[in-house]
Amino acid sequence: MTRSPLTLLAEALADRTVECIDLTNTLSPDFPVIVLPAEFGQCAPFRMEKVSRYDDNGPAWYWNNISMNEHTGTHFDAPAHWVTGKDLPSNTVDAVPAQDFVAPAVVIDISNEAAADADFVLTRAFLEDWEAQHGEIPKRHWIALRTDWYKRVGTPDYLNLKEDGAHSPGPDGRAMEFLVHERDCVGLAVETVGTDAGQAFHFNPPLPAHSILHGNGRYGLQCLTNLDKLPTFGAMIIACPLKIEGGSGSPLRVIALVERTPA
Amino acid sequence: MTEPLPIPKRKDPLKRSRFGLVPPGLRSRAASEMATFAAQGRFVLQSCDRCRSITYPPRDRCPSCWGTLTWADQDRGARIEAVTTIRHSTDNFFRNHMPWRIGTARLDAGPVAIVHLHGEVQQGDRVRMTLRLDRGGNPALFAVPQKETPNMQDDPQLRCFTADPKHRRVLVTDGRTAIGQAIARALLKAGAQTVFLGDADPLMRYPGKAEIEAQEGIEPVSLNLTDSGSVQELAAQLGGRVDIVVNTAGFVRPGGVAFGAKLSDLQATFDLGAVGLARLAQGFAPAMSARSDDGVNSAAAFLDIVPVSGLSGQSGYAGAAASAAARLSLMSGLRGEMQQSGIRVLSVLTGPVDDDWHQDLPQPKVAPGQLARAVVHALTEGQGITCAGDVAKDLFARWQANPLLTMREENR
Repeated sequence: MTRSPLTLLAEALADRTVECIDLTNTLSPDFPVIVLPAEFGQCAPFRMEKVSRYDDNGPAWYWNNISMNEHTGTHFDAPAHWVTGKDLPSNTVDAVPAQDFVAPAVVIDISNEAAADADFVLTRAFLEDWEAQHGEIPKRHWIALRTDWYKRVGTPDYLNLKEDGAHSPGPDGRAMEFLVHERDCVGLAVETVGTDAGQAFHFNPPLPAHSILHGNGRYGLQCLTNLDKLPTFGAMIIACPLKIEGGSGSPLRVIALVERTPA
Repeated sequence: MTEPLPIPKRKDPLKRSRFGLVPPGLRSRAASEMATFAAQGRFVLQSCDRCRSITYPPRDRCPSCWGTLTWADQDRGARIEAVTTIRHSTDNFFRNHMPWRIGTARLDAGPVAIVHLHGEVQQGDRVRMTLRLDRGGNPALFAVPQKETPNMQDDPQLRCFTADPKHRRVLVTDGRTAIGQAIARALLKAGAQTVFLGDADPLMRYPGKAEIEAQEGIEPVSLNLTDSGSVQELAAQLGGRVDIVVNTAGFVRPGGVAFGAKLSDLQATFDLGAVGLARLAQGFAPAMSARSDDGVNSAAAFLDIVPVSGLSGQSGYAGAAASAAARLSLMSGLRGEMQQSGIRVLSVLTGPVDDDWHQDLPQPKVAPGQLARAVVHALTEGQGITCAGDVAKDLFARWQANPLLTMREENR
């Protein structure tokens, strides 16, 4: 009997030759959210109010009401999140094709560069050098930008908000044009609070990751953890946002399937 | 002079804390009305509209001519004719506070009244009369020396009528603002032993953080009133050690009702201002209630700083005013609950404060130091309602005279 790809996958999961790596930060009230200039509306943090916990409000059951912004915690950005994607078809989380929720990832490691310079900018030249070393970035992949930024969660250095704004790494416009138009990426997956660099408002064009990704129907994944646990090629990302009617994004659980390297 | 209050020793863990009892509470409606003036720090007695005689205690009609009685501010002067020291009482609260001195005062306003006495007041003295709320929220006449004397506030009998911060441990809920920091400093200056200074976002810097946190007596704590878990966690740590809560948190954004309003701002205003107040009360009030008569640093007061616009609504700041109205309403409910256990529930009403969110409003705006003085005054006097700044005083006076007219005036 020939075994189907899914049967093979099921066997691999069962014998742990394929492992699941959790790329999700815990949704908690103190998980940082993006901070905009004070005169703009702000991103609501995660909140949880107990309804009952085996008490007079519900003797045998425990449950909570939760509230948050669509872009709180580890979250997915749909094209409608940005003005450039506002008129695209299927641009909200409820309409994004389910096929796109499962896609392979290529991991670009800029953790050393980001450690040396919090404002490190990913350029097309850097990507071309990277391809010369590792091979071409395959089409229809998530571009997972490993910065090790997730290790800063719980410290002021995560948002890294100084008096002149946030300082965190991200791509410039030409890098994004390259990834979207020449490498046909599914989206950009990052550990920082946004797909754009902390100072990207001052770039030309401003906020290029949001602008170019969403303007071309691509997605963002933010506030990921554990990208350092993924291989450069071969990880499969499963990222299913909540089906929020007309939603611009959604908190979600993101996992990666990776093949275990033989000991 | 009054003996200065000793710094309280740590408690003997084998001793059960004294119950937070309150003096007898059954009063007439007229006496309850008198309490509303006591809550403002006013000294009022009833005056007959027909025969002009002044009467005390509170009555429904004039005892001389059956005329209608009207509350009116009176001269505070009096002379103590006789002094009595009570050594036994059938009332459980007073039994715990024996001996207790009372006296007969001939009020300059006319009536002779039985009054509580400050320790330095003797027979024959000219005194200054104050009308205060007792621990159960009832009005009481209290005679103090005519002129301020050293440590006057430390008199144990007077201290039963105040929430003086001296030697007490205070939680200031939001220290990230200039107002929170000014209040924390003023409380320390007024003798507070410790100010636990709340920070809703400890990972984010704020102006003045290094200076205020370096000050002796300040203990920074993580507290976010929009997060129930954060409030419960701090209450679990500090519950039995907080004697006064001063809520300085608030979220004000401009906006109307149908025009220029943002619902996300409205939600944030209510969640921090109104729901946050309830979270704070649920976290801290029960433990405070159990410690309201626990010696020098007994739990004493729950104070909320609230925009005066809560009384009237305010065009241009409709959401903030609505949230303030909800806060005032919750504070009324809390006052009723806490009266059973002798914790004072105090509101400091403020006009627009001089901060980033009132940049375009005309002066006078309330400066942080002004608000801090009002908070310390409210606590040292045990005063239920205190207005900080001229805008609040003006609006409160208009609202008392005619609430519906004030609502119209503030919303056009």
